[in-house]
Amino acid sequence: MEFGIVELSRLQFATTAMFHFLFVPLTIGLSIIVAIMETVYVMTNRPIWRQMTKFWGALFGINFAIGVATGITMEFQFGMNWSYYSQYVGDIFGAPLAIEGLMAFFLEATFVGLFFFGWDKLSKVAHLAVAWLVAIGSNFSALWILIANGWMQDPVGAAFNPMTMRMEMTDFWAVLFNEVAQAKFVHTVSAGYVTASVFVLGVSAWYLLRDRHVELARRSIAVAAAFGLASAFSVVLLGDESGYNATHSQKMKLAAIEGMWHTEPAPAAITAFGFPDQEARETHYAIHIPYVMGLIGTRSLTAEIPGITELVEQAEVRIRSGMIAYEALLTLRAEQEATPQLVKDTFERHSADLGFALLLRKYTDTPHLATEAQIKMASNDTVPTVWPLFWAFRIMAGLGFLFIGTMVYFFYRASFKRMQFPRPALHMAVWMIPAPWIAAEMGWFVAEFGRQPWTVDGVLPTAMSVSALSMTEVAITLAGFVIFYSVLFVVEMGLMLKYIRKGPFLEVAETEAWMKRHEIRLMGRKNADAIAMPAE
Amino acid sequence: MILHELLSYETLRLTWWVLVGVLLIGFALTDGFDMGVGALLPFVAKTDTERRVAINTVGPVWEGNQVWFIVGGAAIFAAWPPLYAVSFSGFYLAMWLVLAALIVRPVAFKYRSKRDDPRWRSAWDWALFAGGAVPATIFGVAVGNVLQGVPFHFTDDLHAIYEGVWYMKFLSLLNPFALCAGVVSLSMLVMHGAAWLTLKAEGPVQIRARRIGSWAALVAVGGYIGLGLWLAYGFDGYQIAGAYVTDGPSNPLHFEVTKGGSWMQAYALRPWIVIAPALGVLGGLLACIGLRAGREITTLLASKMAIFGMIASVGLTMFPFILPSSTDPRSSLTVWNASSSHLTLFIMLVVTAIFLPLILIYTAWVYKVLWGKVTEADVSENSHGLY
Repeated sequence: MEFGIVELSRLQFATTAMFHFLFVPLTIGLSIIVAIMETVYVMTNRPIWRQMTKFWGALFGINFAIGVATGITMEFQFGMNWSYYSQYVGDIFGAPLAIEGLMAFFLEATFVGLFFFGWDKLSKVAHLAVAWLVAIGSNFSALWILIANGWMQDPVGAAFNPMTMRMEMTDFWAVLFNEVAQAKFVHTVSAGYVTASVFVLGVSAWYLLRDRHVELARRSIAVAAAFGLASAFSVVLLGDESGYNATHSQKMKLAAIEGMWHTEPAPAAITAFGFPDQEARETHYAIHIPYVMGLIGTRSLTAEIPGITELVEQAEVRIRSGMIAYEALLTLRAEQEATPQLVKDTFERHSADLGFALLLRKYTDTPHLATEAQIKMASNDTVPTVWPLFWAFRIMAGLGFLFIGTMVYFFYRASFKRMQFPRPALHMAVWMIPAPWIAAEMGWFVAEFGRQPWTVDGVLPTAMSVSALSMTEVAITLAGFVIFYSVLFVVEMGLMLKYIRKGPFLEVAETEAWMKRHEIRLMGRKNADAIAMPAE
Repeated sequence: MILHELLSYETLRLTWWVLVGVLLIGFALTDGFDMGVGALLPFVAKTDTERRVAINTVGPVWEGNQVWFIVGGAAIFAAWPPLYAVSFSGFYLAMWLVLAALIVRPVAFKYRSKRDDPRWRSAWDWALFAGGAVPATIFGVAVGNVLQGVPFHFTDDLHAIYEGVWYMKFLSLLNPFALCAGVVSLSMLVMHGAAWLTLKAEGPVQIRARRIGSWAALVAVGGYIGLGLWLAYGFDGYQIAGAYVTDGPSNPLHFEVTKGGSWMQAYALRPWIVIAPALGVLGGLLACIGLRAGREITTLLASKMAIFGMIASVGLTMFPFILPSSTDPRSSLTVWNASSSHLTLFIMLVVTAIFLPLILIYTAWVYKVLWGKVTEADVSENSHGLY
């Protein structure tokens, strides 16, 4: 593959997006865990729970800052590096991004300051409400981002408008209630909950191993194990739901993940292990488990799942149909209102395949006149590179089951064995901390790399989406991002570790004293100047 | 009945032009003082405690304020996809600088006071300075270029092509007029930051902020008037030539546009818009006087008025243009041919009508809770809770 502006822009997007997603899952999950802990504090009035809230809240804050900063990059990048994409689908894609800002991001960002700075200025219940608003904001953020991303995977509720030369929204509810987006949303936030649970579990285990902050650590494990157990089941189930959806919307992605080179008689077997070979279109040393793929993908024993070879043939048919649409579009563009009705009708009939003709733009400026060889190449382009998808998916899924096992075990020990955890289990919990991040990154890799060669599945090829920039410009910014982000990463990790090593700032006794003072302060608030009160 | 046709396409386009303006002005009014405080930091606060006072006046609110910018950007994406596509890719390296500043700033806030090493803190102080001053300047430079028109064109399938080799794309942004606009926007936000510090701080920080801020206000007002005259006599404006419809499909290539005449013709056409520059100048002068006199709330309000007037005047002067093209005027983006579809604009309006008032209510509540001055005593007593 030659390395041009498309590949460089993709590399930059992948780098910045994957870096951003190192912080997002922890924000999503930890915001909820912290809010749960504060709820227990407010309900029981026990100082230890306030201490837990403040400690995990501090770690949440360090993580949140970088999550926000790197998120801005994502919003800018669509316009900076993918300007044709922005122009072509902005009518649909821009809306959820803007709604995310209005509905969710404002909420979390406005209240996150009050969460950290408002302990002395708010009543207990008001502060708890602030904590929940931050958590709700973070989670709603994910909802709208995934509605936007879901539309890229399955572009429902939109049609091409030849007058404006772009995709336009035809049905907002279809975009909103897109099944792909809904399944992705629950899958992604559940992944965030698992990430935070594994994080809280691991850090607490580390304290227990060192016999430090035992009270805090045990209670944290109880919360993390219960929350993590539910989330780990949810993440796997909704991952399965995504797979089921892909059977309808993204057949090629599914076939590539499974290394299914040819359609098999139903119900298809799943390939648990093997070495996919793109050239030969077969998977070497494959270990099959019969029936499973058919059941996951179609929920039936009789429906077939198409293989890669058959899908390429279908793509070729759609490319030919798209060429007809493209030719009609040229007339429409030139004649506009004066276009003969016959041409308009032709365009209507074939416009759903227009995107497939755009695949030819990589090889020719006149897709409607493409040669047989070019059509062949373009239809082969619809197959993403199989082996990275095949492996990334298996790593993710394997880790998913590992999380279920871990959470079941810790939940059992916490509930029925009086919180007695054997040391090897605690060691394992510490070592497991990076695992959910690996799983989350693999998941996004499968979702995005598996959609190639498209930015919007079946509508707009990645190769056409880029801005008209020079390699130099993108190289400069990519280098800048790499340097910047590396420094940020080192600083952030250093700070996280410092805070974890240090443990909670206040002892239980101090926290208790604060609670007494806070109550007196709130009672005498009408007379006293709240700001002048000595703070902790 | 189709619900979204209750409002005509023309009305929706006009409404979104106003709303994007509201979001961008909202950004300048809120995050503007955060950037102003950042740009002022090394000059108004000398000791470490003073710096922490200055930083903590914006500490709890900057994060929410910054969302105005993010939502402003997203609203441009949703309401005017072609503008988003052309400007973000055309101003590529400048955009990256803004981005870099906006990435450094949150981190600097969070990390500055987490270590005692003076060199560590001083490094982050300069990061906060750059995080405020760089975007504040670049936004002005961008506006200065937009007023002159920028060199881009659309191909037949609406690929946006920005003219020039890569370094010239960046360097040509730094022309004299645009640089002056950058100075004006920087001093405008410095004035705003000073007004904020006057309200939230006391002692030496407040005194220095008042002194520097009053000069910044004068520079902003003087520069603003100067740029207005320069624009009136030094540059051609843009006009839509011939008949056009305001509710047609959003295809920038459908209009004929010519370069010529003056932007100032807008004031002959719609004399009432003179209220915007008048508010800008008046507000700036009031802020200057208020800073000298040590008035706190009045100054902040005056400063807000100045920012509102100055930014609104740019939009009103250019209307209906939002991004003229200097090399291919036909590709220019206007309110009438660069928007999203009728349906999208309607849905976005409904969402905004619900959430914008909510945002204003809870933001006001947060500011109310945090009301009051940040003192040196606060900082020393709450050393690891505050920034």
